Formats: sequence, structure tokens, C-alpha cells
Amino acid sequence: MPLLEIKNLTVSFDTAAGPFMAVQGIDLSIEPREVLAIVGESGSGKSVAMLAVMGLLPNTATVKADRMAFDGIDLLELSPSERRKIVGKDISMIFQEPIASLNPCFTAGFQIEEVLRFHLGMDRAQRRARAIELMKLVGIADPEERLNSFPHQMSGGQCQRVMIAIAIACNPKLLIADEPTTALDVTIQKQILDLLVGLQAKYGMGLIMITHNMGVVAETADRVIVQYKGRKMEEADVLSLFEQPKSNYTRALLSALPENAVGDRLPTISDMLFEPAPSAAGSGPATGAAP
Amino acid sequence: MSVTVLEGKNIVRDYHVGGGLFRPSRTVHAVKGVSFSVDKGKTLAIVGESGCGKSTLARIITLIDPATAGELFIDGNKVDIARDGLTKEMRRKVQIVFQNPYGSLNPRQKIGDVLGEPLLINTDTPADERRDLAMKMLKKVGLGPEHYNRYPHMFSGGQRQRIAIARALMLNPSLLVLDEPVSALDLSVQAQVLNLLADLQDEFELTYVFISHDLSVVRYIADEVMVMYYGEAVEYGSRDEVFADPKHSYTKTLFAATPRADVASIKARLAKKKAA
Repeated sequence: MPLLEIKNLTVSFDTAAGPFMAVQGIDLSIEPREVLAIVGESGSGKSVAMLAVMGLLPNTATVKADRMAFDGIDLLELSPSERRKIVGKDISMIFQEPIASLNPCFTAGFQIEEVLRFHLGMDRAQRRARAIELMKLVGIADPEERLNSFPHQMSGGQCQRVMIAIAIACNPKLLIADEPTTALDVTIQKQILDLLVGLQAKYGMGLIMITHNMGVVAETADRVIVQYKGRKMEEADVLSLFEQPKSNYTRALLSALPENAVGDRLPTISDMLFEPAPSAAGSGPATGAAP
Repeated sequence: MSVTVLEGKNIVRDYHVGGGLFRPSRTVHAVKGVSFSVDKGKTLAIVGESGCGKSTLARIITLIDPATAGELFIDGNKVDIARDGLTKEMRRKVQIVFQNPYGSLNPRQKIGDVLGEPLLINTDTPADERRDLAMKMLKKVGLGPEHYNRYPHMFSGGQRQRIAIARALMLNPSLLVLDEPVSALDLSVQAQVLNLLADLQDEFELTYVFISHDLSVVRYIADEVMVMYYGEAVEYGSRDEVFADPKHSYTKTLFAATPRADVASIKARLAKKKAA
């Protein structure tokens, strides 16, 4: 049985100009102990789809799906209070901006212990011990000291580690990481990715990695879903995606990597998707067709 | 013969952090004696992690902050803004593009005004000429005249970075400092902006100082590379030298940390995973 199964998910937002479809019919499933990467540009709906699973979208959003089940439980049927018992405990999420997603008014220790109190009902001493254990697990030096630090006293990498500690506090079955390393340096990025993959293997979690960085995909994923403008373009295991990308869009994404540059110019997505021949190379600057 | 546009000799920058009632004041050595030179039409890339002093160096080169010690030459002339102040002439020569295109544009200023502002401050260009120049520059960076009257929030990240680049080019600078211009952008938009920068460099013979922590971007755009670590230049050489044979251990760490997206390394990783 898949850990998370989504069939035909659509998410639309009510805007002044009518409904805007952010996700248009996405199918997705992830097995236990699997690392799935969802790749796409900003605006491709990759974060929105996962926020819909977590139930974190604002009420202007309408979520529809034929099926959205986690571990056999139908998430669409649940009441908000029942859902809150699962979210943060069995499914948890790490966000892109570590410093912005921690509460600046509370210490790191308080924010880790909050999860333990709410979901596991531990007493004060147990919570303290578990928080120290978690801090050690995510590789923070002097955990006793750091429990009393506020987010502004820590670096971006340390804040991301605290976020991971909060996310894995209740031994979740599924961890969703939404661009966990975009705001970080390459050396720190490597450490955080190693940490996430290490924890995933150690505890046998399912891990969904949302990213726009093909390098991160290559380093972590078992299976990859490529998304563009709210639709799934391709789904493949990681090796065949890089060896023989099937869709044009994936090919464009891969060739936009600076290390794959041939000659002086980088091919851009719009060159590949909307222009017929590669003769466009060398002509003036690409038009501002940013997504 | 190549002309040296920018030269720095032993540039040092210290910041004094004031003490409080119970805290003594201390000095942070942000940049500790860095030397470099860039020829006309070339690109120097400065690589390093956050806190290594690369943005401090960018501010010194852009003549925003003075250096504590050391000499800075732009177009062969010695510049010391701590002693002589900054002339409009100097300001025209060096411009900067910042990292975050969402934070570097005034949300209450129309794009036309954003582009006209450098001319208004630094030159006597009349209003209608400023308008024409701004229109031309919009086209140069791949936007259109219809964008002249729009506000920054109406643009995507890549378009905003184009506007920031256009603003920096309004005064026809000879040196452009790019402080992580693409790290806030998506892969495909990043490719567009990098192409734009390459085109503009060819067209105006611009000299770039390109600051980044992304080695794959640096490899694509740079002629020379300087790696900084805790305020010191630990490695400095041509791109091919540095990439082919990194000498300092930090440079090697940096290379090892950069994610690789080639098939061979994926195969190696999957094999390792299976064995574990």
C-alpha cells in the first residue's frame, strides 16, 4: 500500500480575475522508505500540491481530488481537528526559509518541545530529554545551550536543523521538504541534504523533496516527478530521467544547467518550448517570458 | 593590449562593533588584505560562503564603503572615498546589482522613474531625454516600452533582476559589480539572466565582478576566479586553473559540496545506497 496516494488533484484559488488553477490534475504516490523529488519552476504548483496535503492552504483555495489518502486514511474526509492530529505527527514538513518559518519570539527548545507536548503529551522532563536528543540527531553542537537560543542568534543552517528537529520529533512516516536548501550556501546545502537522506534511511521515512535544483535531485531522489504550470510533465526513476528525459520540458530544464552549457549561451526554457529550431541561439537577449 | 579597469592592492576592511555596558568593544576583520586586478571586458568571480567577506569587498569596489587600508584603482586612478569623498564622475563608472530583486526596487516607484533616477541624480539630462534613454534600456534588457509605467510588484523575479541590471547600466558604467544576481532565481530564469549579462558584456565591453556561491554559474561566466574564506583570498587564478587543479583545502571542500547532476555520479550514489 502506498504511503501517500493522490489521484487527480486540482487546486484553484479565487482571485479578482476569477479562479486561478495552480494545480491541474496531479497524480502522485509514494511508497514507504522512498525518496521522491518534485521538480519545477516557481509557479509550477509543486509547493501548493503539498500544502494541500498538509491542509495548510488559505480558505481562498479550493482543493479537489478523486482520492487523497495517507496510510489508508482519506484526508478529504477528515475534520480539521482530526487532521491536526496527523499533520505534524505522521506527516511533517520543512519549509524553504528556515529563519522566517521559526517563531522569533520563542526559543528553539520551546518550539521543539511544543510538538512533543501537543502530539505525544510528554511531561516537562521527558520533553527536555527528547529535545536534547533531537538536537544531537540533527547535528547541533552543545544542544543544552542551544535549546535556550532564539532563532536570530543562530545561523541559517542551524535554523534549518532546528526545523528538521521539529519535523522529525514524532518519528513521522512522511517528511515533505519544500526547497529545504535554497536559502543556504553550497557547503551547508550538502550537510543538510546528507542529514535528510541519512535520517530518511535510518528511520525508514518516506521523503518528498520539492526543489528546482536538478543537482539536489541527482544527489537525493529515487524517483522524480517534473511539473510545469500545474501539470505533470514526466515521471521517471532518477537514472532514466537524467539519461533519457522523455518530455521536452525536462530536456530544457537539464540543458539550462550552467555545467551543461554548450558554447557561449545557455539554452532557456522558452527557446526550447516555444521556438522551433535551435537557430535562435546567438540572437538578441531572450524575451522576458518569465513564469 | 588589455587595459586594467579595476585593481585592488591589499584591501583591508575592519568593522568596529561597539561594546555595551558589560561588553567590551571588538573589531571584526571582514576583509584581510585582498589583492586583485581585472582587465577590460573580463569577468572576475568571487566565490565564498556567507560571512567570508565577499559582499563587504563588493561594497568597497562599488565605492559604497571605504576600505580601512589598502589601495583601490579604477581605470588607473587611485580612489580613496574616505579622504576625497565620491564624485559623480566616479559614481558613473561603477554600478552594482544586488542579490534580492524583491528588496532592491522601491515598491512605490514606477519602472520609468527607477531607470531615470541615476540620470537625475548624477547628470543634467533633461526629462524627455531621460525618458528616451530609459525606453531604450528597457528594450536592451528584454523588456518593452509598455513596462515603463508599471510598478515593481507587477513583475516576476527574473524581470525585476532585468530592471535592476537596466538601472545599473543607465550611466554607461565601465565596471559592474554583480552581488549574487541569480541566486534568488529559478534555473530557467537564471539561464535567461546569465545570457543577458553575457550579451550586455559583449555589447558595452563591460567589466564584471561577479559574486556568487554557485560554482556551476561561476564556471560558466568567469574568466578569473577568486575564492575567499574568512576574509582572505585563499585561491586566485584563471578559471581553468582553479577548476582543473584547486590548491586550497577549502576550494576542494567547495567542489565536493557542489551537487553533481551527471549520470555517472547518480549511478555511483544508487550503487552505494543499494550496498548500504
